[in-house]
Amino acid sequence: MKQKFDIIVSTCVPLPFENIDTDQIIPARFLKATDKKGMGDNLFRDWRYDADGKPNKSFVMNDPSYSGVILVAGKNFGSGSSREHAAWAIAGAGFRVVVSSFFADIHKNNELNNFVLPVVVTEPFLQKLFESIENDHQTQVKVDLPNQTITNLATGESEHFEINSYKKHCLMNGLDDVDFLVENKEKVVAWEKRRS
Amino acid sequence: MNTLFDKIWDEHVVQVVEDGPTQLYIDRLYCHEVTSPQAFNGLRERNLPVFRPNQVFCMPDHNIPTHDQDKPIEDSVGRKQVETLSANCRQFGLTEFKMNSKDNGIIHVVGPEKGLSLPGMTIVCGDSHTSTHGAVGAIAFGIGTSEVEMVLASQCILQSKPKSMRINIDGELAAGMTAKDVALYLMSQLTTSGATGYFIEYAGEVVRHLSMEGRLTLCNLSIEMGARGGFVAPDETTFEYLKGREYAPVGEAWDKAMAYWKTLWSDDDAVFDKELHFKSEDIEPRITYGTNPGMGIGITESIPAVDEVAETGRDSFLKSLQYMGFEPGQCLLGHPVDYVFLGACTNGRIEDFRAFASVVSGKKKAAGVTAWLVPGSWKVQEQIHEEGLDKVLADAGFEIRQPGCSACLAMNDDKIPAGKYAVSTSNRNFEGRQGPGARTILASPLVAAACALTGRITDPRTL
Repeated sequence: MKQKFDIIVSTCVPLPFENIDTDQIIPARFLKATDKKGMGDNLFRDWRYDADGKPNKSFVMNDPSYSGVILVAGKNFGSGSSREHAAWAIAGAGFRVVVSSFFADIHKNNELNNFVLPVVVTEPFLQKLFESIENDHQTQVKVDLPNQTITNLATGESEHFEINSYKKHCLMNGLDDVDFLVENKEKVVAWEKRRS
Repeated sequence: MNTLFDKIWDEHVVQVVEDGPTQLYIDRLYCHEVTSPQAFNGLRERNLPVFRPNQVFCMPDHNIPTHDQDKPIEDSVGRKQVETLSANCRQFGLTEFKMNSKDNGIIHVVGPEKGLSLPGMTIVCGDSHTSTHGAVGAIAFGIGTSEVEMVLASQCILQSKPKSMRINIDGELAAGMTAKDVALYLMSQLTTSGATGYFIEYAGEVVRHLSMEGRLTLCNLSIEMGARGGFVAPDETTFEYLKGREYAPVGEAWDKAMAYWKTLWSDDDAVFDKELHFKSEDIEPRITYGTNPGMGIGITESIPAVDEVAETGRDSFLKSLQYMGFEPGQCLLGHPVDYVFLGACTNGRIEDFRAFASVVSGKKKAAGVTAWLVPGSWKVQEQIHEEGLDKVLADAGFEIRQPGCSACLAMNDDKIPAGKYAVSTSNRNFEGRQGPGARTILASPLVAAACALTGRITDPRTL
């Protein structure tokens, strides 16, 4: 899953609904794996396929006119469960960036820990982006992590987004938190001594 | 001038990473079978041991069938996950409360029940309802699997410090009202994202008068408002509950712990980033009508009309009602109910079974209703038996199943069929949560019991 992040320019897959919860991203019955493989196949499973497992033609991921590695979703994306399977499914389906005006806490961390970049934009920027994509499914977006900017290339509109410099460093260099924590074990031992 | 959250958090800071997160020491890690296997794989890939195995407690709960637990799990994929947890516990030397043992149950029921979750602790688990343990006065929150791996590897986690929110609920709860109704009311006031980025302290007269079981229910649902967690400052109710529990400190250690626990208050002049006040008299028995827990109403109220919903949310609102088979403006009293589920980490404790039994005692379950009553742990099961509640429930036509997460997220066989209406004491009414196409109405054990008797949405105060 570790991959280095730089600048991404891509078309988008739009999901203009609010409060998309982790049970929609990946239903609980697909959480039974003991590894991270294959989760992408069940991303948005119950929206993407009907009860018989046939692709639901009206769902955006089954519409060949939409493509790209950027998922654009309505406010409060990823609410609900802490299941990292949701982030594995998003990464597994090939998405590198999720754009929304608001993310649920745990899910946002899970995305970052899987080298998927959650980009928080303002509600007007998001609504305009949905509009651009609806008008032209080939609308491209540029996500520039080094400069922390996102640009709707259809309108030229650009916004700055927040990310702490530690996490930015991790994403740009393909490092994860376990590496960091294991390197800092002496500090943990010192803390334990101090407390006892 | 510190909040209780500041006091516990600051105590656990190992270091603050420059322009980054805090490295926070974790006292207790709980693991279940669904969100831990990939974390253990990670340790193996990195060739790391578990750093502090005595601080980790594991138990399977999500996949557990609620019948015939003495036999192997029929679903081979679920069985493999449960077996994988056991194998990982053996390899890394961790304590496991195995399926079908007297120690097993839902993590968030077992942890407090055994005195493993204590005031002033930091507690995490790969499960969003870890917020439950906040009821004992601990900082407890759900984490992802990568974070489970971090804690296994280092007993620490990297987190940004959340903002603080205090929710005060004043007054007294009237008859027919429970902690669940308070939580469902708060969710509809704050929405499912209203507390995102915050850690909640619950306070006020109503909270002080809640039993530990009630506080566990309230804190359990903090995540449904988007909060990382929620807690209640420990008091005599907490100490009374914890004393004598299996893993609670004893003798001198208890006295020492008590001396510390009694300092766990928000100072009088503590300032919160946000402070909210609610009154108990505004709360009536609650139900949900939509597909997120914030879409709730008082049981006598009607679903909002379209023009009462903010414009950007209208598509989601209508999509949600279409899924539920409801109309804008509809009142749900009297609407038929097919299933009733009592259980989950939200309402699977002894007090919830007492409440349910108090409503159905001497009456009969409606013929058309399928009722699943699932205790949160074997300990709860035992208490039900000791108190004779099993007899009361059996006489009213209810059968008690074996403990586990069950129909809350339907990872085992307990799935609500497509299109059916389930009044459920669990925590989430998301699309498909209780089975593909299932329609969930969240409610308290009292409302669930009333609905089970009539087969319709029923206000328990009218029975």
